[in-house]
Amino acid sequence: MVIEKKDLDFFKEYTTESSSIIPLLQQIQDKFGYLPSETLGELADYLDVPLSRIYGVATFYSQFNFTPLGKYVVKVCHGTACHVNGAVDIADELIDIFGIKEEETTSDGLITLQSVACLGCCSLAPVVSVNDKVYGNLTRADVRRIAKKIVKDEFE
Amino acid sequence: MKQIIDKHVVKGEIVEEFLVKKDEFKSKPVTVWDVDNFFSKQVKIILENSGYIDPEKIEEYLEVDGYKALEKALNMTAEEIIDVLSKSGLRGRGGAGFPTALKWKFTRQAQGAPKYIVCNADEGDPGAFMNRNVLEGDPHKVLEGMIIGAYVIGAHHGFIYCRAEYPLAIKRLDIAIKQAREKGFLGKDILGSGFDFDISIMEGAGAFVCGEETALLGSLEGKRGMPNLRPPYPSTKGYKGKPTNINNVETWANVPWILLNGWQKYITMGSEKSKGTKVFALAGKIKRGGNVEVPMGMTIKEILIDIGGGTKSGKPLKAVQMGGPSGGCIPLALFDTPVDYESINATGAIMGSGGMVVMDEDSCMIDIAKFFLDFTVLESCGKCVYCRLGTKRLWEILDRISKGEGKIEDIDKLLDLSPKVKTGSLCGLGQTAPNPVLTTIRYFRAEYEAHINNKKCSAKVCKPLLTYTINDACTGCRACARKCPTDAITGDKKGIHVIDQDKCIQCGACYLACRFEAIDVE
Repeated sequence: MVIEKKDLDFFKEYTTESSSIIPLLQQIQDKFGYLPSETLGELADYLDVPLSRIYGVATFYSQFNFTPLGKYVVKVCHGTACHVNGAVDIADELIDIFGIKEEETTSDGLITLQSVACLGCCSLAPVVSVNDKVYGNLTRADVRRIAKKIVKDEFE
Repeated sequence: MKQIIDKHVVKGEIVEEFLVKKDEFKSKPVTVWDVDNFFSKQVKIILENSGYIDPEKIEEYLEVDGYKALEKALNMTAEEIIDVLSKSGLRGRGGAGFPTALKWKFTRQAQGAPKYIVCNADEGDPGAFMNRNVLEGDPHKVLEGMIIGAYVIGAHHGFIYCRAEYPLAIKRLDIAIKQAREKGFLGKDILGSGFDFDISIMEGAGAFVCGEETALLGSLEGKRGMPNLRPPYPSTKGYKGKPTNINNVETWANVPWILLNGWQKYITMGSEKSKGTKVFALAGKIKRGGNVEVPMGMTIKEILIDIGGGTKSGKPLKAVQMGGPSGGCIPLALFDTPVDYESINATGAIMGSGGMVVMDEDSCMIDIAKFFLDFTVLESCGKCVYCRLGTKRLWEILDRISKGEGKIEDIDKLLDLSPKVKTGSLCGLGQTAPNPVLTTIRYFRAEYEAHINNKKCSAKVCKPLLTYTINDACTGCRACARKCPTDAITGDKKGIHVIDQDKCIQCGACYLACRFEAIDVE
């Protein structure tokens, strides 16, 4: 990806105080889908802080990723309620279907499988979300249907 | 069924004969679906408007006496308001239960300007979703509480730190703030009182530890969310070193009700030391899950059985987990415990923010303890050695017990290390991280011993401890044999198959593949 200066014009909407670091990192990720390394350098220049400071913050929070995500981001909730209702089985099924581990992306860039701490809809446990659309009360068979739907949407 | 579809789904009319209870909402009759005691045992303050009003329309909030408490407050002195709150006995709903009036008083009296207030909406406990309900269903209630708080404390700017996983809550808060500004409840010279105050939203970035107040402030300032030593408390040195008052969403949402209805009415609800109501998120193996609001002091049994309807599976209840990774498992034998701060603390769990995850006989307590440690290991910020490494060691011991490789001394090792992690950690995360381990040992020691001595998991959760065998129902379809990753299953086509226990890795693939219930698990 080639990033031009004008792509980062939105920096100016924020003050140069260090409290802008997290909102700006979120904006960068919103725009590019991840944090391209060159944007972090630009951000350090804009806020006039060392790059290490930006990198330190970005690596601390689980929201930020440094590589592009797949077209479909499948999040498996591993909250307490999901866990006691069989989230591990749900995750195993997805790992089996997509052939990748959690936190990995398929080599064709189509699917990223993530494990998340809690999506906050515990009465629907176990829960999986695909690009932020939430599916609840799942069984292994439901998960297979969700996977089939992704394949159908993509290839048919 | 046909009647429901024809009349309700197609025509959109209510089928009266299927309604269990009719209710009134602010003197307007509305119909609600009440199964058994799901609603009648609840008392709603925080959730009184949720689901009844359109959260995106300030007019609907105004119609139900919205912002009336603010009008009243602006005609009172700060001391008078603190006095009302103090008499109401309101305590912090984030979990620790610190008296709210006292906290406000400290920040008000602290030297330094400007002062700030923060609404902690970083609801990170896995298995809890109370704040989400309020933020999405009645955002103005939270704003109103914050404006009153700011007036008392003398703050002119407030932050709502909301977790990014709640995009709808953030959207609705954003709408609510804009509408409140248009109506003059936020901004310059609020309702002609000469008081200025505004609120901005900060989206969290996914770190559980940021629910801790000093870590949250660090995050607001654009730092890694690592806790700092207290004192100084945020009430004297908080955001950018200035006095800052931080309260949980539910605490802020209690304030307008108390001012409007009076502390006298508020203290009629609750127990001796814990007044008012509390919202609990029922989840796990419960029949009727969701958020419920009950007066403090109601017993666990009433909440789980009368309101929650017991377990979904119909199997006996085993325990309830309260307080998330900082809390503990309360066994069935203690279900007569009233839910208030002191009584819950006495069990070894904590009130926490209000998550209640219900477990039945199919839940393994070692697995639950390991699950929470897994979480704290990941979420520890790494500042304190005991939290960073101690939790990892605790996890490793639990892991080997769950694999049948534990030794009986391991229980003592857990009991030895746990208090050290508690005392050796700076913030609440580390100080409470061993609680799930300690409570499960305290109440379910026999289960630990069965895992270690007999290599058995009675809940059939710890896979390495299970034995898979094939019974007479086997039709010889070979479905299991095809799935087995280690070729442990042999047998003639259409004959009963056998699992070679030496080759079996207890993955459970055969159990899932079998359509004839021919695989037994022990």
